[in-house]
Amino acid sequence: MIISIASGKGGTGKTTVAVNLAACLGENAILLDCDVEEPNAHLFIEPEMRLSVPVTTPVPEIDENKCNLCGKCEEICQFKSIVIVAETVLTFPELCHSCGGCFLVCPEDAIHERPRELGVIKVGQKDGLEMVFGKLRIGEAMSPPLIKRVRGYESVDKVTIIDAPPGTSCPVIAAIKDADIVILVTEPTPFGLHDLKLAYGAVKKLGIPCGLVINRADLGDDKVKEFAGDSQIPILMEIPFDRKIAEIYSRGGLLVNEMGGMKGQFLDLYNKIRELVQSHSGSGL
Amino acid sequence: MKEVTIISGKGGTGKTSLVATFASLAQNHILCDADVDAADLHLIMNPKILEQYDFTGGRQAIVDHDKCTDCGLCRQYCRWEAIAESYTVDSILCEGCGVCVYFCPEKAIDFPIKTCGEYYISETRLCPMVHARLGIAEENSGKLVTQVRKTARDLAEKKGMGLIITDGPPGIGCPVIASIGGSSAVLVVAEPTVSGIHDMDRVLDLAAHFGVPAALCINKYDLNVAISEKVREYAEKKSIGFMGAIPFDPAFIHAMVHAKTLLEYDSNSPAAKSAIELWRNFLQFVDNGY
Repeated sequence: MIISIASGKGGTGKTTVAVNLAACLGENAILLDCDVEEPNAHLFIEPEMRLSVPVTTPVPEIDENKCNLCGKCEEICQFKSIVIVAETVLTFPELCHSCGGCFLVCPEDAIHERPRELGVIKVGQKDGLEMVFGKLRIGEAMSPPLIKRVRGYESVDKVTIIDAPPGTSCPVIAAIKDADIVILVTEPTPFGLHDLKLAYGAVKKLGIPCGLVINRADLGDDKVKEFAGDSQIPILMEIPFDRKIAEIYSRGGLLVNEMGGMKGQFLDLYNKIRELVQSHSGSGL
Repeated sequence: MKEVTIISGKGGTGKTSLVATFASLAQNHILCDADVDAADLHLIMNPKILEQYDFTGGRQAIVDHDKCTDCGLCRQYCRWEAIAESYTVDSILCEGCGVCVYFCPEKAIDFPIKTCGEYYISETRLCPMVHARLGIAEENSGKLVTQVRKTARDLAEKKGMGLIITDGPPGIGCPVIASIGGSSAVLVVAEPTVSGIHDMDRVLDLAAHFGVPAALCINKYDLNVAISEKVREYAEKKSIGFMGAIPFDPAFIHAMVHAKTLLEYDSNSPAAKSAIELWRNFLQFVDNGY
């Protein structure tokens, strides 16, 4: 089972839900931090790292001895990463999407692919819980290819928990696509509600079942609950605002280890998630 | 004309609430919402849209089944696995690279430009505002950020306004890079948590990488005073201008619920007083540097 934790708005508690859920399940789970721009889950899990794998994407390199400036590569490139200026082929590797078009189209075999560094993937474990996270290189614009590579570590035997990035565009899609369920974490404020609607739109577009966790449930207003009711999104858990929770989170602690009753609440969340996934697979979704 | 961009790395540290607060304090300014993925500033500013434009991003491949001979070349060349065995293109997987279009021997693949959002020039009770809406699950958010910022600059020039306050997106990827490049300065809003520090460090590295002057502030500093102190020490050690610290204050949430800026809601709240001082410090930073 693949559970993706997403939110639309940032800072609503995705990571809190992901790490506590994963910590409860221990060796039965693998936690993938797909918020590769700002990965945080490892700060809470504190895994012993055993692997660090550089991740690259292929970009063109021009062999000037073979190039006859025919211009076909410039013509096929949709991303303006190859431009011919005054009898020189200029490449802008940071704009390249690695589609391979220039490489395929070159009649002179003058284009080779070389790697551009996207970032690293780190693999480790803590008390039987496996954890993998991606870390985007500073200055690198494209996170989806790295997210896809982190998702390569999904497990068929274990529960895969994905901590997704905020927003609703390509990085989020890369982190939730083909999940069995998306857990949307929100806060009951106007910003939280607005971004929840966007995230829910993305989840619906992908046809993935979803459930809701409302964090800091007693701050703000009732409109998130009204929306959940109207849209028939099941509310799976509510976490109150509590300075103790904020304090534990602030220093990287786990609620399931430090607050009585929390482990039971997160196991309860897991059971509800499992039931929801089963009910959807039963109905053919 | 100056443009300042408010960023944080980590989401939910209070960027948008602070930008709205600054909108109450600044003069002769324009607001620009560059968090096009999950734009929220309009919920406080309640803008009246004066001009509306379509945003066209990339292209998208569409197979014409009348012309397609199922030769399979497109599927072989597509690196996104976006073309199914039935030769239909998954619009979410399609990167818009056009490789299939170029190589199709039957010229059976259309490649129309996609409209992936809208952007607006608006008037608000405090100042003009440029903002956008990216379609759900669309790409090219970086391009839309660039478009929104350009529109704000043109508008500021036309109206003779001296300052653009830009609300940036979270993270350090494409839309963030698009929102800080060429900015006069960025203000990083940190929060005193292990995640907040980690993300602040990365986004400050990003600003340095692109040569944009950066200043730092802390929101909700009293949620962990010890970590807040570490942030101050970090700023000092790295010679990053420290603009101030704002306490955790539910007034921010109440202001948001009432669609008001913090100063409009309660100008005597502890957070409002700190924000006023923070803004004064940041303006000095923008004018004189650190």
